[in-house]
Amino acid sequence: MKRNLLVILSLVLTLSLLVGCASNTTSGNKNDPDTVRVGLNYELSGPVATYGQSLTAGIELAIEEINKDGGILGKQVEIIKVDNKSEDSETANVSTRLATRDNVVALLGPATSGNTKAATPAAMQNKIPLISASATADDITVDSNGNVREYIFKTCFSDSFQGVMMAGFAFEDLGLKKAAILSDTTSDYAKGLSKSFQKTYEELGGTILAEEAYQAKDTDFKAVLTNLKGLNPDVLFVPGYYEEVGLIVRQARELGLNVPILGADGYESPKLTEIAGKDVLNDVYYSSHYSPMDDSEEVVSFKENFKAKYNDEADAFNALGYDMAYFFKDALERAGEVDTEKLKDALASTKDFSGVTGTFSIDENHNPVKSVTIIEMKEGVPTFLKKLDPK
Amino acid sequence: MKQLLQQLINGLSLGSIYALIALGYTMVYGIINLINFAHGEIYMVGAYVGFALTTFFDLGFFPSLIASMLVCSLLGMLIEKIAYKPIRNSTRIAALITAISVSLFLQYTMVYFVKPDTRTFPEVLTNKKLSFFNGSILLDVKNIYIVLITVILMVALQYIVHKTKIGKAMRAVSIDKEAAQLMGINADQVISFTFAIGSALAGAAGVLVGVYYNTINPLMGVAPGLKAFVAAVLGGIGIIPGAVFGGFFLGMTETMVSAYGGSIFKDAVAFGILILVLLIKPNGLLGKATREKV
Amino acid sequence: MKRFNRKNIIAIVGLIIFYFLINFLINMGIIDSYLQLNIVIIGINIILAVSLNLVTGFTGQFSLGHAAFMSIGAYTSAILTAKLGQPFILSIMLSGIAAALAGIFIGVPTLRLKGDYLAIATLGFGEIIRILALNIDYIGGAIGFNDIPQYTNWTWIFIFTVTTVMLIHNFNKSYHGRACAAIREDEIAAEAMGVNTTYYKVLAFAMGAFFAGIAGALYANYFYFIKPDSFGFMKSIDILVIVVFGGMGSIAGSILGAIVLSIISSFLQNIPELRMVIYSLILFGIMVYRPTGLIGNQRLRTHKKKKEAKLNVGVESKESI
Repeated sequence: MKRNLLVILSLVLTLSLLVGCASNTTSGNKNDPDTVRVGLNYELSGPVATYGQSLTAGIELAIEEINKDGGILGKQVEIIKVDNKSEDSETANVSTRLATRDNVVALLGPATSGNTKAATPAAMQNKIPLISASATADDITVDSNGNVREYIFKTCFSDSFQGVMMAGFAFEDLGLKKAAILSDTTSDYAKGLSKSFQKTYEELGGTILAEEAYQAKDTDFKAVLTNLKGLNPDVLFVPGYYEEVGLIVRQARELGLNVPILGADGYESPKLTEIAGKDVLNDVYYSSHYSPMDDSEEVVSFKENFKAKYNDEADAFNALGYDMAYFFKDALERAGEVDTEKLKDALASTKDFSGVTGTFSIDENHNPVKSVTIIEMKEGVPTFLKKLDPK
Repeated sequence: MKQLLQQLINGLSLGSIYALIALGYTMVYGIINLINFAHGEIYMVGAYVGFALTTFFDLGFFPSLIASMLVCSLLGMLIEKIAYKPIRNSTRIAALITAISVSLFLQYTMVYFVKPDTRTFPEVLTNKKLSFFNGSILLDVKNIYIVLITVILMVALQYIVHKTKIGKAMRAVSIDKEAAQLMGINADQVISFTFAIGSALAGAAGVLVGVYYNTINPLMGVAPGLKAFVAAVLGGIGIIPGAVFGGFFLGMTETMVSAYGGSIFKDAVAFGILILVLLIKPNGLLGKATREKV
Repeated sequence: MKRFNRKNIIAIVGLIIFYFLINFLINMGIIDSYLQLNIVIIGINIILAVSLNLVTGFTGQFSLGHAAFMSIGAYTSAILTAKLGQPFILSIMLSGIAAALAGIFIGVPTLRLKGDYLAIATLGFGEIIRILALNIDYIGGAIGFNDIPQYTNWTWIFIFTVTTVMLIHNFNKSYHGRACAAIREDEIAAEAMGVNTTYYKVLAFAMGAFFAGIAGALYANYFYFIKPDSFGFMKSIDILVIVVFGGMGSIAGSILGAIVLSIISSFLQNIPELRMVIYSLILFGIMVYRPTGLIGNQRLRTHKKKKEAKLNVGVESKESI
């Protein structure tokens, strides 16, 4: 009995090995000279699928436009899209596959910081540049010893940058000295922001009265908001995504908590107004890359094209994805050929790239040097308040 | 003190939702000993049906509520026929995994068709608020609706289970299926009916949540489904008053834990209490201790 | 001596040849990093499935929190290797022990619970561990634990997978294993026959947890980065699916199940949008058409029939009284 099992086992193993090796050689290990292959590694299922899908939508719109315009370096761009299910092992798995089997010249995504960290080893080991439009953690591009990760690039703000900006805005600009934080404990984005906000705010002399928590996908915040109301803060810092923030603002106002509410780029979406309702979106401020009220030609035509393709209003995630694709195009063109090393160098030396989310250059830490726009919500309408330049 | 009252009100609404969903779990478990993991997804479908009816067909609150309950009861019966009937005689674990597969299927099919984005409900119930004590306690009229509707549905359920013939059949099948069949009861029909009612309640909860919190998304059934299940077990699974009690108990506990600064741990506390209760009273707070005969 | 009969020698030689074969292929580059990654994943899944099988399939304790033990092992190893710079072998052992302690911690209070109640309690425990991990800043919380040194490779995976399978297999064939099987079949009868059910139930949890902890350590030191949500309820379900798919109570089944499901998962990567839908349908199909799993368990099936026969007999004898 045991022997039969051993035989079956070894047969299965050999079979799977053969299958694995076979797919290795048939999957076009040679560089197809006519296309530029780029891998999209995003969370298309799971709790953050909304954001993963938003980013992909933006990227795909951009690539479609680029291909219509003749592609990059005369070649059409081919997208290989995979779903990392928001799991580490799956992310590592699909990144390795994109890097080794699918012969991509760059890896775009994942959406969250955590998954980007899981995808990093594959990019570094296979020497393929990885660009993230939304992973904001500081250690995405810089490791714990202060060394830059050679193949990893960001086109979005770092947590430390936004958190510092908002803390300064709250304390200095609005003159509010006592803050309370309501943060999503399941999100690395929120956690990073709230840490950096807290540090800066206290350094400036402010007091953090309390930090309360919620979980992604929660819908009832009345308990914690009642608690916070009782502490009488001057300002509330809620560094989350629009899905929950919309509800939080609404419920806070319903409970009579009328202090200013501050946040970061996760608020940027037309859905924020939809969820919260126009009348309660007052005294809400957030930092953003992209202002939908911006009437420059680029932004307007982006919004129109987006609406034409998807029949929906564009939000920050769409815009970030869109810009990242163009950022990639710009770098590849400067690289001159479809080569990962040259691409990496071109990405690192990007100067004054202009996109719908602003103009930026890449600094020595592979982070973008971008101005941040502070948006104020008045009666549910996002209005431009001021622009803060990076120091 | 005022804060405490406000928190009590918060806890009550949260508790009603858990109670409604928990009822469905407990009824199904009572009758076929199955943890219907897909129940949270039926709640989600109810919310979406309500959304579709109010947004695209401009139906009012009550018509959408009733329609959604009907659709969900049909869905529940369908799931039972297709997925649960074939595995009725399988091991517990096979049944559990089947339930999980149905749950995943519903979630991701929904995501495929409607996209994972959040949708908002139109304003179908008045947005009036009553304020007491000069604005330090706010009672939303919607809160009242939720608690009232929950209570009405529960009373209706109690009536059905204890005063009608089909209710008697349900009780008989849950005590001993074979004996009930020997007495001439069509167990299959009774089981379908149980699913129908349980799912209708979940659908109602979905619409209520959609109206009250304003947003829905395809994954909204996962967390409440789990919590409602915890609530059902807390009260004693298979016991209808237990589900109601468990639901309110859990809602209150969660709110109180958040109220006293433990918002980070509120879910952990819920599970912790569950484990504690199971250790002290393994059959739930309202459960009867059954002696296992050899 | 019984140990060195022909069958065992063939098996040992086969394993050694297999090890060197794969090693050779890796060094030659024929097995690239993608295949290697999948081999590592399969190895870890085998360890997880076999250890869960010990608890759920052999001892009949329905556990839905297995991923929590993996999580404890992973974080322990991460802390020991990344923050305290300890050697890998030491950190693997300590991870296993830490997880085993957690196994005892959950095994003892849940002794009285059975079936579905035990399942829920273990699920609750798993969630509690996950929530605790989300809120402990030292290990990063939601941000996760990054830059874990990569020590795991084919050699480590091979050694631990083979060791785990051998140890658990031998355990099952021993007196202790039979005691566990007795508990699974009929706990009260086992107790009546003098089997110390308390000891064995806790032992089963502890052992299952120990190996899950080792799997966690191997996982952490391969993937560089871990976060608490990687080890949630869905992961426990994934492991349970492998066990049921392969056949409860069958070690060969768990091994086979781990391999087949990994292959299926790889194929599904090509259809990102419908992936989970198809996965759930496959799961459903397996449960309806072959609930005993690939290899099944002959003993369990015949036992069920016997139990039904017993019930009928019982009814008759009542009437005669």
